[in-house]
Amino acid sequence: MKIHIPTPLRVYSNKQDTVSVSAKTVGEALEALTHKHPDLRKHLYSDEGKLRSFVNVYLNDEDIRYLPEKNATRVSDHDALSIIPSIAGGK
Amino acid sequence: MLKLSEQVYDAIRRHGEETYPYECCGVLLGRSVPAKDFAPDSHHGLNEVEEAVRAGNTRTDSARNRYNIAPQELVRIQRQGRDRGLDIVGFYHSHPDHPAQWSKTDFAEAHWLGCSYVITAVEKGVAQATNSFLLTGTGEDDKAFEDEAVEVAALEAERC
Repeated sequence: MKIHIPTPLRVYSNKQDTVSVSAKTVGEALEALTHKHPDLRKHLYSDEGKLRSFVNVYLNDEDIRYLPEKNATRVSDHDALSIIPSIAGGK
Repeated sequence: MLKLSEQVYDAIRRHGEETYPYECCGVLLGRSVPAKDFAPDSHHGLNEVEEAVRAGNTRTDSARNRYNIAPQELVRIQRQGRDRGLDIVGFYHSHPDHPAQWSKTDFAEAHWLGCSYVITAVEKGVAQATNSFLLTGTGEDDKAFEDEAVEVAALEAERC
């Protein structure tokens, strides 16, 4: 499956905007991604190993935090994961 | 440096006027040109904007002083851009009756390193200064906003 890397994290994915991995679940896909590109890990996860609060990961159009089976959600080669840091602020 | 057409520049400012007294927000799609290909003596590259895409402000609870773009909207905009060979190179929002300077909230909530954060001050419904700030650094620990030059280019003849 494909994992889309946002502009700020491409410096840790060897400049690739899309990384292809073989995986049966969302968790396996993210594990494969950080195995291929270890420097991505600390930008995606906190020291406790949780997805950082400002990092959103979408399976197609669904936030993986809200998927009933979360990381265990099964994926196929036709699915795509998008990593999207949050955008917010104000005066 | 942030480079954008007059048309995009005007569209960003107009958006802030339309949503006044609430904050507007949107995404800048374009291309990032690395420093080595743009200005070898600078350590920052060029963010060249092709299009500004309006986004909804989900902070309806406090839209006068906060903005947030729904991640699913970002996913959609990123996909639209990718289909056209464009990347997310920045974001814009407005500061109603407040200077075009980044705030503590803007900084705390900024995570797109290498991207341009454009802020337009809108005073009594009329756009005033528009400034851009580049989020530099390698991560949350050393990130910083730096003032970024903005070049507004007149529309190229062939696009008219």
